[in-house]
Amino acid sequence: MYRYDEFDQQLVNERVAQFRGQVGRRLSGELTEDEFKPLRLMNGVYLQLHAYMLRIAVPYGTLSSKQLRMLAHVGRKYDRGYGHFTTRQNLQFNWPALKDMPDLLAELASVEMHAIQTSGNCIRNVTSDQYAGAAKNEIEDPRIVSEIIRQWSTFHPEFSFLPRKFKIAVSGTPDDRAAIRVHDIGIQIVQNGKGEIGYEIYVGGGLGRTPMIGKKIAGFVPKEDLLAYLEAVMRVYNMYGRRDNIYKARIKILVHEIGVEEMTRQVEAEFAELRKAGALHLPQEEVARIEAYFRPPSHENLPDDSAELNKAVLADRGFANWVKSNVAQHKVPGYAIVNISLKPIGGVPGDCTSDQMDAVADIAEKYSFDELRVTHEQNLTLAHVRKKDLHAVYELLKAHDLATPNIGLITDQIACPGLDYCALANARSIPLAQQISERFADIERQHEIGELKINTSGCINACGHHHVGHIGILGVDKKGVEYYQVTLGGAADEKTAIGDIVGRAFTEDEVVDAIETIVTTYIGVRQNGERFIDTYRRVGIDPFKESLYETH
Amino acid sequence: MAQHTRKGAQFQALTANRLSDGIVVYLAADDRWSESLQDSDVAEGKEAADALLARATPSVDRNEVVEPYLFEVSREDGGIRAVSVRETIRQAGPTVRRDLGKQAELAGVHD
Ligand code: HEM
Ligand code: SF4
Repeated sequence: MYRYDEFDQQLVNERVAQFRGQVGRRLSGELTEDEFKPLRLMNGVYLQLHAYMLRIAVPYGTLSSKQLRMLAHVGRKYDRGYGHFTTRQNLQFNWPALKDMPDLLAELASVEMHAIQTSGNCIRNVTSDQYAGAAKNEIEDPRIVSEIIRQWSTFHPEFSFLPRKFKIAVSGTPDDRAAIRVHDIGIQIVQNGKGEIGYEIYVGGGLGRTPMIGKKIAGFVPKEDLLAYLEAVMRVYNMYGRRDNIYKARIKILVHEIGVEEMTRQVEAEFAELRKAGALHLPQEEVARIEAYFRPPSHENLPDDSAELNKAVLADRGFANWVKSNVAQHKVPGYAIVNISLKPIGGVPGDCTSDQMDAVADIAEKYSFDELRVTHEQNLTLAHVRKKDLHAVYELLKAHDLATPNIGLITDQIACPGLDYCALANARSIPLAQQISERFADIERQHEIGELKINTSGCINACGHHHVGHIGILGVDKKGVEYYQVTLGGAADEKTAIGDIVGRAFTEDEVVDAIETIVTTYIGVRQNGERFIDTYRRVGIDPFKESLYETH
Repeated sequence: MAQHTRKGAQFQALTANRLSDGIVVYLAADDRWSESLQDSDVAEGKEAADALLARATPSVDRNEVVEPYLFEVSREDGGIRAVSVRETIRQAGPTVRRDLGKQAELAGVHD
């Protein structure tokens, strides 16, 4: 894992001290709310529906056990014993008091954590693949590039006042688990014919009010040129991005307005300039230094097949179901990747209690080299578990209600906080996810339905990624009453698509039945082995429209 | 953003967040801020509502509360009810965590 150098630690400590002064001056009245608000946002502090909310950065989703224990502690001491993992691989606390914030941040800083770049018009916390360093077909660990970008972008003077916030995601495998095509910049690590590693660059993806899929503007940026190339993109954006209209300020609008050819041309021109200057050439020693942090842990030499695992699968049906849905292949023989579902049946997607955090920290320490990942689908991942330990890990997780065997299935939903917590919301998201989860609780039925992703957002900001859910649900407000608009056919993987609106919005009472109708319609028309999304791509929206609306 | 209130609402109350901890508060008749909607002063008609809103200014200036605004309420069975779903949740707490927030701490919270 990346460890802070002196410079990082000093920077974070200074930021805490500075914010302590700012909070003090706000509470004493020296600073007005108008003066203070941008300062608190720069430190991840929002004012939400019931209280303040603190968003803590988890760079590219990687946490050590020690850090997770600290989050558990912070949850107990300053919050109400739980936190919420988000689609940006961060953690949010829903109840901290402003007056406690400096102490809270100082405690976080003691384990190399902070809330910088979690808000504001800067380059936000870089997100990545939760299987980094473990995925079978990985070309390069995406955290190396993510960390390089983090260092380059943190407090970069040119990038602190962008037209709008800016999100970057990196994927190191051909199958994309980081949703790179819905980010302002998506980076796909690739290998050319000569075996050299480079980067495919997508720009202008995003969700929100105007969802767009990122367009490819470069097929192979050589390793040493990456920062120069990214800087070129940022410069073009900084020059032409619209600051006059908040709804048009994201890079996706720029790319849409000038077109992908023109965007590519502009970036190439800037890139040529930057290359001439040569300043941003990535020095090999620096890359090597960062690479060293992400060297694979010392895996044992094991046979790939584990007799213990095979025996346990036969003996324990619950375990077998869990292995089937929650365990993924690892690149090292005898190891597996474990996904921990934060979607218990009827639970709040992404919520995790302090006790659960402590339990996961202990398990990660003992069974997965002392580290874990947060996924953009609001789950956790243990990246390096010996196959022979899987049953023991399962039992421990089960004891803390963390062994729900539903990864990728219909009850593994993404949901934003919605009107239960969020001041911007039109409608609640979590209760819908809970009702859907309860309706489809039967695990045999979930496996029968197969891979199906339902994403819910409480407003058009799309924090719950509804546009790219196979089934997307968007809360809308009609005269103070909650309604839900349903979209079909979205996807956030290497075949990213924005869902199509199926028809008029549903009331809260209707929407779960509507989901059931959609599922039944799919089961009725699917062909052998087709996932929901495959069927949808083949048959289109009409069969669903018919079954949803024509009988009414 | 969700609508907080309706133009032409008959009854309105005034809410804000306490600066030091962010907790939701309501302005009472004696100009103190209470955590309970049931203690809030209720203004009838537009003029009274404007006057109610103006009474927030001193506490904003004293850095006690932030982001004050009016929202629609109704009077029922001797209690005060928030009209919108949003304000109902705000005076109670998250509907998905009945063990937290005002609903777990105060009497007179409504669904
Ligand atoms: C509760 C407090 C939150 C507030 C006030 C908030 C606010 C916003 C706003 C205003 C936007 C749109 C900005 C734009 O399009 O330029 C946005 C986007 C986004 N939010 Fe949140 N959010 C909150 C919580 C969350 C949570 C909990 C998650 C994860 C579950 C999240 C994930 C995202 C993502 C992924 C986007 C990007 C959508 C895009 O590509 O445009 N947010 N948020
Ligand atoms: S999508 Fe809307 S309701 Fe949901 S968290 Fe984002 S801003 Fe709030």
